[in-house]
Amino acid sequence: MNVLRRLAPILAPLLALLIAAVVGDALILTFGQSPAAVYRLLVDGTLGNAYGIGQVIYKATTLACTGMAVALGLRAGLFNIGAEGQLAMGGFAAAVVGLLLPVGTPALLAVPVCLAGAALGGAAVGAVPGVLKARFGAHEVIVTIMLNFIVLAFLNWIVATRLHVPEQLHTPDIRAGAIGRLAGAFPAFHGSAANWTILVALAAAGFMAWHLFRTRQGYELRAVGLQPAAAESGGVHVGRVWLRTMTLAGAIAGLGGTNFVLGYKQYYEEGFAAGAGFIGIAVALVGRNHPVGVLLASLLFAVLSQGGLAVNAVVPKQMVDVLTAVVIIAVAVTVPEMQRLVRGAHGANR
Amino acid sequence: MTDSALEAIHIVKRFGSVEANRDANLSVGAGEIHAVVGENGAGKSTLMRVLAGLFVPDAGTVRVHGRNVTGWDTRRAIAAGVGMVHQHFMLVPTLTVAENLVLGQEPTRGVRLDLAAASESVNSLCARTGLRVDPSRRVDALSVGEAQRVEILKVLYRGARILILDEPTAVLSPPEVRELWTVLRTLKARGDTVVVITHKLDEVAEISDAVTVMRAGETVGCLRTQDATPAAIARMMVGRDVVLAGDLVRHGDHAPGAAVPDVARRVALEVTDLVVARPRQRPAVDGVSLVVREGEIVGIAGVEGNGQTELIEALAGLRPTEAGSVRLNGREIVAFDVRARADVGISHIPEDRQRRGLVLEYSIADNLILGLQHRFAHRGVMQRDRVRRNADRQIEAFDIRPPRPDVPARALSGGNQQKIVVAREMGRDFSVLLAAQPTRGVDVGAIEFIHARLRAARDGGRAILLVSADLVEVLALADRVAVMYEGRIVVTLPRAQASAEVLGPYMTGAQRGAKLS
Repeated sequence: MNVLRRLAPILAPLLALLIAAVVGDALILTFGQSPAAVYRLLVDGTLGNAYGIGQVIYKATTLACTGMAVALGLRAGLFNIGAEGQLAMGGFAAAVVGLLLPVGTPALLAVPVCLAGAALGGAAVGAVPGVLKARFGAHEVIVTIMLNFIVLAFLNWIVATRLHVPEQLHTPDIRAGAIGRLAGAFPAFHGSAANWTILVALAAAGFMAWHLFRTRQGYELRAVGLQPAAAESGGVHVGRVWLRTMTLAGAIAGLGGTNFVLGYKQYYEEGFAAGAGFIGIAVALVGRNHPVGVLLASLLFAVLSQGGLAVNAVVPKQMVDVLTAVVIIAVAVTVPEMQRLVRGAHGANR
Repeated sequence: MTDSALEAIHIVKRFGSVEANRDANLSVGAGEIHAVVGENGAGKSTLMRVLAGLFVPDAGTVRVHGRNVTGWDTRRAIAAGVGMVHQHFMLVPTLTVAENLVLGQEPTRGVRLDLAAASESVNSLCARTGLRVDPSRRVDALSVGEAQRVEILKVLYRGARILILDEPTAVLSPPEVRELWTVLRTLKARGDTVVVITHKLDEVAEISDAVTVMRAGETVGCLRTQDATPAAIARMMVGRDVVLAGDLVRHGDHAPGAAVPDVARRVALEVTDLVVARPRQRPAVDGVSLVVREGEIVGIAGVEGNGQTELIEALAGLRPTEAGSVRLNGREIVAFDVRARADVGISHIPEDRQRRGLVLEYSIADNLILGLQHRFAHRGVMQRDRVRRNADRQIEAFDIRPPRPDVPARALSGGNQQKIVVAREMGRDFSVLLAAQPTRGVDVGAIEFIHARLRAARDGGRAILLVSADLVEVLALADRVAVMYEGRIVVTLPRAQASAEVLGPYMTGAQRGAKLS
């Protein structure tokens, strides 16, 4: 009984994965392939060799950051759908800072400055729905969805008109602030995009856990998410907590943008976020809004994403996209937070 | 004894691992008014829902006039003449009384709704039963008592001859309660059977022919009302002797600080011309002035919805005020936010503990510091050992069960949840306590405990502003009683001059204070 209660938080995500696996089996069978063989291919191609592992680490780094950005919002009762825009702005800001720094700035100075730029860029985008909700009661779902379009369009425009390399959709290479590849220390990762930004994601997860569960602001943040009226009578300014939380969420998503910009390409490229902000919603829900859960869930979705390429020879790689979608839907119906969110939305309408 | 109209035999109903009913029995004679009493969580509502077809029992038998109907649904229950009047109204506020009554079985002419026929059939029903409501009025214009009458009519309209009422008096003022009794007696006179759930023992004596007592999901006894005394029923409910608030009133034990004249006490809380606005309506609090002195309890009586909630929330800093002044020990605090008010000595027991008073998912320990979290943090980091020690101390002092700081508040009974709130708000240094419905929905044992705490705080020189919809509670605790009606204090009386008879007319607006008329 006690063991069961201990395990309860992870039962729902596990159930969701089981459902996804069954649907995946059915899909693979329709292509006339053996599910066992395809899954083995998927695992071999991702976790079976150093290159695959490196790619999984690279993808998981971005997803962990966007997942935490969503999870932090959900802890305060906010549905942050804006991680995509926050991620893009963070990456762009990192690139701009990297371009402004003089060539030859020591990495010890340049990298933290670029990271700070990314965090500030993401925070600025995250703060907007925070302010609008705190001041005018504008629903953060609407604001963050719309803001994604605005941010992405703005970045496209500014890159296309001011910053692009001729014939390309990306900025020039940054002058300083590049983050090294893991291959530099572990040659086995050679060729993969895995880089030391993973440490940034891990540090962010550690900070998030400490902030949520050990600090007064975290106590108030969770209280606002669970029972806003009670938090209010406990002397908490709910609007301030919303603003602070969305700003922090934006900063973490923004840091995720450095994985591509500082760690992989050393430039900002249009569309680099590629839906990582939206997958972050699934990452947060599968991870039950807990930093450790989010890290594990980001690995899972990174495996699925990378695995699509590995199984492409026998089944269309879109099958893995379908699988990802099934995980998301299964999570949406099994995870209690999601159900509460949906119920809460109904309640708010009444 | 008459034959049984409605019987429940050995009913078991589980929700997950919780047994709401484990051996619930009930036998209601045809044509009688039968009261069902018990503490919160005794399983009364669950049993009623089983009878009305809303829940299917896990074991046991339900019989109507001797016929086994176990596991039926509401449709078949209504067809057999069993209808339930819920505690929370289920009416469409923007429709008229007639439209609400016929909802689901509207008389039609062709495809059009025949409102004339609807109105006609409602009128004839009113005439037959003696329940008077104007069928053409919109439900949102009705008083609570009238809305409840519509709920009863709705059940009768569907042909019910056995009515189940779930705590019908919880929302009513004393005159409305008396009207309800008249209605129920009328129904009894025409041969209907009535089952009434209640918390209040005086109502049992007033209205019922027989009473069934439930405790912890089981039926502990069934008595003819004429053979029962309130004390005996209370003992059955909680399994031990309790001091009833009503007894104190009757026996005159209640001797508040009569030795010290009022004027000699220092004023702790002084509210002057306070106004709390509402959008597009008259202000919820419309110029309230009151004074609470050290060592006194001022009780605010009144029908709910007359501005009491808004007044208390404004004083706690939860609602913006339009005008007026709030002074605590002589210091103007009207501009202070919630935390600042708490820090200068205002404690607040909110009326809705599950919404305002507790974070239900938080542990007992974390709930015991809600509102004090800044005092349990050092440089922004929570001091978990101090939180824990505080929890151990408060759990002991206020007898919170289970005595385990890590258990989430959600897992506790209503009475123990309320003890968390009371412990937090009274277990610290404060000069004024705002106590809103401090014992609503908690069991008799917890009521006794909380009342004793309030009296002890008063005797220790604290000032307490009490708001309660339960007039008995106000009369049992208060040294002075004020009545709030439509956002104003219409009368303030010393306890000795206050009684249900005197206050009733003020509570319903039938009589206004001399100052206002």
